Amino acid sequence: MGKLLTGRNGILFMLGLSILFPLFFLDNRYVLYVMTTSFIFIIAIYGMNLLAGYTGQLSLAHAGFFAIGAYSVGILTTKAGMNFWLALVLAVIITCVIGFALGIIALRTREHFFAIYTLIVGYLIYLLIDKWDGLTGGVRGLIGIPIPNSIGPIEFNSAVSMYYLVLLFLVLSIFIGVRIVRSLTGRTYIAIRNSEELAQTLGINTRTNKLVSFVVSVAYAGLAGGLYASLTRFIGPEIAGIEMVFNFLVYLIVGGIGTLTGPIVGTMLFIWLTQFLQSFQEYRMLIFGPILVVIVIFYPTGLAGAFYSLKHKWLGNKEQKKEKISEIESMKKTSIQSREV
Amino acid sequence: MELFFQQLLNGLTLGSVYILVGIGLTLVFGILHVPNFAHGSLYLIGGYMTLMTMKWFGVHYFIAIIMSIITVALLAVLMERLVFNPLRDAPAIHDKIAAIGMVLFFEALVSLMWGTEYHRMQTPFGDTIKIAGMSTSAQRILVIAVAAMVVVLLYLFLKKTMIGASILAMAQNREGAFLVGINANAVAMMTFAISGVLAAIAASLASPINLVFPAMGHLVILKAFVVVIIGGMGSIPGAIIGGMILGISESLGATYISNDYKDMIAFLLLIIIMTARPKGLFAKEVY
Amino acid sequence: MAFIKIEGLTKQFGGLTAVNDVDFEIEKGKITAIIGPNGAGKSTFFNLISGFHRPTSGSIIFEGIDITKTPVHIGAKLGIARTFQTTHLFEQSSVIDNVIVGHRLRTKSNLFDAVFRTRREKQEEQEAYDRAIEALDFVGLLDLVNRQVAAISQESKKRVAIALALATDPKVMFLDEPAAGINPDETDNLAELMKKIAQSGITVCTIEHKMQMIMGLADTIMVLNHGAKIAEGTPEEIKNNPIVIEAYLGGDALAEVN
Repeated sequence: MGKLLTGRNGILFMLGLSILFPLFFLDNRYVLYVMTTSFIFIIAIYGMNLLAGYTGQLSLAHAGFFAIGAYSVGILTTKAGMNFWLALVLAVIITCVIGFALGIIALRTREHFFAIYTLIVGYLIYLLIDKWDGLTGGVRGLIGIPIPNSIGPIEFNSAVSMYYLVLLFLVLSIFIGVRIVRSLTGRTYIAIRNSEELAQTLGINTRTNKLVSFVVSVAYAGLAGGLYASLTRFIGPEIAGIEMVFNFLVYLIVGGIGTLTGPIVGTMLFIWLTQFLQSFQEYRMLIFGPILVVIVIFYPTGLAGAFYSLKHKWLGNKEQKKEKISEIESMKKTSIQSREV
Repeated sequence: MELFFQQLLNGLTLGSVYILVGIGLTLVFGILHVPNFAHGSLYLIGGYMTLMTMKWFGVHYFIAIIMSIITVALLAVLMERLVFNPLRDAPAIHDKIAAIGMVLFFEALVSLMWGTEYHRMQTPFGDTIKIAGMSTSAQRILVIAVAAMVVVLLYLFLKKTMIGASILAMAQNREGAFLVGINANAVAMMTFAISGVLAAIAASLASPINLVFPAMGHLVILKAFVVVIIGGMGSIPGAIIGGMILGISESLGATYISNDYKDMIAFLLLIIIMTARPKGLFAKEVY
Repeated sequence: MAFIKIEGLTKQFGGLTAVNDVDFEIEKGKITAIIGPNGAGKSTFFNLISGFHRPTSGSIIFEGIDITKTPVHIGAKLGIARTFQTTHLFEQSSVIDNVIVGHRLRTKSNLFDAVFRTRREKQEEQEAYDRAIEALDFVGLLDLVNRQVAAISQESKKRVAIALALATDPKVMFLDEPAAGINPDETDNLAELMKKIAQSGITVCTIEHKMQMIMGLADTIMVLNHGAKIAEGTPEEIKNNPIVIEAYLGGDALAEVN
């Protein structure tokens, strides 16, 4: 079991499953829609994980950047009549530029000051969207955001096609995320999370590295936001709200912060749990809130982390046994040798 | 000119509430070393307890406030024992996340029990009174008077009692406090209790003006952060100055700039301050 | 030209003078120790040299380059390494994973290389790995390479921290109380390691409380008291210096020496 779902096999299995998934639900638009939404959230949370889980900077402005991506696509397509693809590219660029500018200032603050600063930046983005009627439609939101323009013969007018489009972006996002985490750059980020002081004495320019990882993180949020706008075709200011960033955080923490599978596990689990508890919607936080607290206290690396440490323990025991056996054998040998002498 | 003084008075009222919440936050910061995002939940529960005690038992406003103070103080101690104490050696990010978990929980709990609608809180001080030509509600005067009284009492407690001195020592320098042999557990519980008391008083005083609803803690806690950062984390005089600055600038801003954007004033103020001074306005260089 | 030349180094925090007008030279390839009672300003002195604090006045010249205002990470690239009292290692990770990043400052791969896994990235990853293994071999931890840091002894952790510093290819290493919290036998082993480092051509400068260890190890000792330098010389000279005995060795430390 352990071997089946980890490493290359596990990845191929999950990929195959997600490619085949729509075949079982061809006439159930709703299930496909929920799945597509959860893929979009995973993209956003992957970005959050990169910054909070690997570089160690908890940004609570992440929903704000998600909204910037979504509103960029929304405004560019509905008000400027721009092609969706161009709008999506521009949305990511706009998010990165704003993220870069804000990052320079925000990253001057450290630890809890950074969390408060970004929380408030996020809230300001929300207020701005909510109040700037002329541009964003205010509380009424933006309606009539078009579906992605067709590419040659491929059209995106069905739930299935949107599913595959988002899946493609998801796979790409995860691929890039994994590459970054496992590179020297990723090691640099982990060193910063571990101890900024130590990282500096190792010759790491913490400010530049934090800024780059911040920009990469908001790029994920911007991309996810842009896709979200086109999927739901209606966006309101609440996507920038505090509730949204708390949702992201719950998914990330329960799944496993600082792990590569955590964002996927957490998001899937909660999105579907929320669907099953539909009638319970208003009060789901009665359960989610305490779960968050319990997870942080007892399983600080979430479900993914708990799984890994269980596996480690299991393998570790096996290895120790092996070591012991070889130790005993070598002891036997030496005792035999000494007797011979 | 009359409008100006009127708004100044409103600013003082607003500032008094921020000060009470901010002092609790700043004291707890000394214990946790991270901002307690769940402080807003104490404020929220404080408001509801006062409201519901009045409704259920038909008791006087002041008695309801006392009931609320006791409940919230106990709740704050529970928070410290059950959540923050087990996390005291965990990375700072975990405290924050656990606190957010509690915020989500209490908000949902309140919605479940008393609905998501806005409640009006009755007060025996609803009459309009005139002071030096300005008309204002007696409640606003009450807010300022009680807040001032509480701050003075707190000051005496912190300065004149042993446990008060320990709390102050911890708020300013946690490691140092451990070195001189302060009972960290007792001080931590006491500090949380005080922060709960202050939050309950603040919520009970402000609710007749601002209404009671599940998200009532959000804006207040965000603004309390602004207050505490302006004043420097861990500093009580700083929180008082910060609270006044914020209350008055918001009140005047709402009148003379834009009522729509008045909530932005606090946050823009904070952004500007933290941009210029990443560790807060009155932060000192330390070892 | 002196290897490291410190002139009039002063640091004030508010009204408090932590380091007061210290002149000092560190000789290349030697072991230099800084001692002094608690609160003498040793740690602040270290933080000044490694760039964590900006001095209020004075200058630090490293191989002829003024590094007084150089940020920490630039200092590291110039060849200044340091360890901390608390090792700051990532406990949940393996020893080797902790040390690989030490060579990062000598590599150039960026985000682009990471995403596209360029040849440079692969090559430099290999380099960093090799350098880490070499450093772990140097400190004698080759058999613990794949162990989780949380599972190894305190002394081994100190060695990992030193290996990490070695992986940066330093010219000088500042060790902040390397022997704190470990037992006497292990202290001797650590002293041996420090000698080995110095013999390999890396200058060593250490703060240490364990007098016995220092007296047998250091080439030069500087004594700080109340932020000011009160003596400097060989261990023999320091032992017999009346000012030092008065200010420092007079207390419990004397008992420790004897």
